[in-house]
Amino acid sequence: MILDGRVPPGPLEQKWDRHRNELALVNPANKRKFHVIVVGTGLAGASAAATLAELGYQVSAFCFHDSPRRAHSIAAQGGINAAKNYQNDGDSVWRLFYDTIKGGDFRSREANVYRLAQVSVNIFDHCVAQGVPFAREYGGLLANRSFGGAQVSRTFYARGQTGQQLLLGAYSALCRQISLGQVKMYPRTEMLDLVVVDGHAKGIITRNLLTGEIQRHAADAVVLATGGYGNVFYLSTNAVNSNVTATYRAYKRGAFFANPCFTQIHPTCIPVSGDHQSKLTLMSESLRNDGRVWVPKKKGDTRPPEQIPEDERDYFLERMYPSYGNLAPRDIASRAAKRVCDEGRGVGPGGLGVYLDFSEAIRRLGIEVVRERYGNLFDMYREITNEDPYKVPMRIYPAVHYTMGGLWVDYNLMSNLPGLFVIGEANFSDHGANRLGASALMQGLADGYFILPYTIGDYFARSKRTRPDPDRPEFREAEEQTRKGIERLLAINGRHPVDVFHRELGKLLWDHCGMSRSEASLRHALEEIPKIRERFWKEARVTGGPEGINQALERAGRVADFLEFAELLCLDALERRESCGGHFREEFQTEDGEAKRDDENFCHVAAWEYRGPKERPTRHIEPLQFEFVKLATRSYK
Amino acid sequence: MRLTLRIWRQKDANSPGQFVTYVKDHVVPDMSFLELLDALNRELVERGEEPVAFESDCREGICGSCSLVINGIPHGPGRGKASCQLYMRHFRDGDTITVEPFRAKPFPVLRDLIVDRSAFDRIMQAGGFISVNAGSAPEANSIPVPKQNQELAMDAAACIGCGACVAACKNASAMLFVAAKVSHLGLLPQGQPERYRRVRNMVAQMDKEGFGGCSNTFECEAVCPKQISVRFIARLNRDYLRAVLLEP
Ligand SMILES: Cc1cc2nc3c(=O)[nH]c(=O)nc-3n(C[C@H](O)[C@H](O)[C@H](O)COP(=O)(O)OP(=O)(O)OC[C@H]3O[C@@H](n4cnc5c(N)ncnc54)[C@H](O)[C@@H]3O)c2cc1C
Ligand code: FES
Repeated sequence: MILDGRVPPGPLEQKWDRHRNELALVNPANKRKFHVIVVGTGLAGASAAATLAELGYQVSAFCFHDSPRRAHSIAAQGGINAAKNYQNDGDSVWRLFYDTIKGGDFRSREANVYRLAQVSVNIFDHCVAQGVPFAREYGGLLANRSFGGAQVSRTFYARGQTGQQLLLGAYSALCRQISLGQVKMYPRTEMLDLVVVDGHAKGIITRNLLTGEIQRHAADAVVLATGGYGNVFYLSTNAVNSNVTATYRAYKRGAFFANPCFTQIHPTCIPVSGDHQSKLTLMSESLRNDGRVWVPKKKGDTRPPEQIPEDERDYFLERMYPSYGNLAPRDIASRAAKRVCDEGRGVGPGGLGVYLDFSEAIRRLGIEVVRERYGNLFDMYREITNEDPYKVPMRIYPAVHYTMGGLWVDYNLMSNLPGLFVIGEANFSDHGANRLGASALMQGLADGYFILPYTIGDYFARSKRTRPDPDRPEFREAEEQTRKGIERLLAINGRHPVDVFHRELGKLLWDHCGMSRSEASLRHALEEIPKIRERFWKEARVTGGPEGINQALERAGRVADFLEFAELLCLDALERRESCGGHFREEFQTEDGEAKRDDENFCHVAAWEYRGPKERPTRHIEPLQFEFVKLATRSYK
Repeated sequence: MRLTLRIWRQKDANSPGQFVTYVKDHVVPDMSFLELLDALNRELVERGEEPVAFESDCREGICGSCSLVINGIPHGPGRGKASCQLYMRHFRDGDTITVEPFRAKPFPVLRDLIVDRSAFDRIMQAGGFISVNAGSAPEANSIPVPKQNQELAMDAAACIGCGACVAACKNASAMLFVAAKVSHLGLLPQGQPERYRRVRNMVAQMDKEGFGGCSNTFECEAVCPKQISVRFIARLNRDYLRAVLLEP
């Protein structure tokens, strides 16, 4: 099937405005008759739930956390982009658009990305009005920093806690709507299935994580804002409970999953130190504003860094990408780090690390300025590694960080299942094959505050369908399935905790579908995944029962879904016979080792349709049309 | 390292709890405290026992999920850290470590080391916001904010809502938590219109939830993973007084 993204016609700059004028409206008195389910209350979900409620819709919001304030979004460190051009350095909506589309290696929709850049300025105004304490200059005006893949300073930040402050802003807006009775909040409640009635998404099945109670919820539309699936790799920078269950189960109910192989590996993370590790810690990209990345020129040089003289150091990003230097985009910087480590020039235990060195910045700016800019990150680093980055360079290595793939959505953020909207990291929309720094926060909030609230009304006004009775057979069937799934997990009669299988899966993916992939490695992974899955269903042990708090059961369900989803990820990577952005296929590279895109055959989105447990999913495509930018080889040299 | 762990086990809110002792071998200094519990849990499951329930998510000190009392101190020894940021290198071979949930009446234990902190959400719902609808904000730079105010607001806004302040206080006071929010918004021009209403409503909800008054012993600041200063409590008191006296 050829999918249609329903991009409105007209000049790029006018598409969104014109589209807004054409979207059907729901009058204010009628809005309160519509009931919306929002699953997930991170940046995307909290902003959407609050804004829909402000408009007058009745909202039920769900999260598995004990409070919306704890969503994974809270951990974002570095910043949020907005095309304000406050620095007078030539920024504009067009430039933010172009950087983002180029950063994504020309694998995203022009119209979506342009709209994102346009609303970036509204998002930022709104967050300031909510009381987000963004960094300011002495004159009282807002400050900026630079992020990867850009030559202007357009990133706004609140120390190293930008995600926290933005989420607290969205959470406070949500709190206000809860107190006004417009939002009913269901914390500690996990969505386990999507209910589809006559082809439209009309409800969900949930499990109360305190009591174990299974419930049906019906609505006029369902919004998924359940975040990314980076934890399929087990070790990642994501919060440990982030998972793919909501989107994967929606996929099994007919929603298409787009570009699952587009995963982002972030160059600056603290290297793995041992088997006990449960997650990896990001050192914000903002550090590359002042830190310089290097390895020794000589292979196997084991001297401590301070004993390696300047001329025996290879500042490889500055050497390979002189015009962006240490601020080369993430996929490029990660691969460069891998390359120097593969050459035997890596540092630290196992040679899996490169230096991120602040000595020059400390000399230039003084230790106080460096402390003010990055103090909390330096403290974090010291606590984890027991090394002092003010004195010795940090050691960093790439780690899984973000997932560009997600459920397929059209320009209105609606999936192929009418009534199902997907926002934030959970959808595939705006980042193509590689996301630029500080643009996930921007996208989640764009979707939640300024896009979905308009487009969902169009669905209501046109579809004329009413909320179904939760006693309908579709709801009962879905509830029955959910119960059976839980019983099946509790009945596995093995002895190993589910983590064992998750970790094994993660290692397999990292080795065979990580920073670089090949036909052979992917075929190997596709053979091995079903074996791990089979062992999981025989050898795992899920303690406890279906009732009450049972974390073992919660995890087991999520791992079971990862074990299926991983196959889809590898299949997508296998079928995309080109390299682009974070998807690097060894067979497709230029002579100097850069990603080689194949625009003739792969300038499209791949969207996968579930066909049943034993069937191969169907790969549909949405061709990407570039009317306003020229497809160019992405160069940061 | 080999450690002896005395861990609070409690089936649910209605059952009594007790300490259970576990011996844990192969502890390495680079493990975080939560990774130690992960490792213990793996062993428990291998033996067919139920793992110790505890909360965590970000594991980098920002989400406020983790909430352990370690050797009698909320979030354990060491300043300015959440439980998930505590590394085993701070302990020695042969140590016995006691692990309990946060204890405070407004935070009932739900299971093992998990407590119910939803009272904090209800305090926030009572007024921890600036009422602005999406779409109506003025241009961001149209209202300058002195850098020192913004920095101070940020110091307060850094609160992760973990509740250690309550767990450390003999009165189970939530003053530091409420003070942080009230100060954050009260220090910014955007927060002025609702400043006194906010403080009144948040304090009323705090009382209703059963949190006690400030004990002036400043245990809260000592255990706060973000080292939020008790000076914000003075600010809260000032705003509250003004709210009830001058702007009732
Ligand atoms: C360490 C780190 C630093 C980052 N720094 C930056 C940065 O500086 N700038 C930037 O732009 N981006 C950054 N990112 C990326 C960005 O933080 C995320 O992409 C973004 O916050 C995702 O927001 P979200 O709302 O889509 O999802 P999340 O914040 O992940 O929220 C998911 C929500 O869904 C709920 N949920 C999930 N599944 C279910 C279910 N089955 N049932 C019920 N509820 C469910 C969860 O409870 C949660 O509320 C960073 C990411 C990491 C890991
Ligand atoms: S797990 Fe998030 S603060 Fe400890």
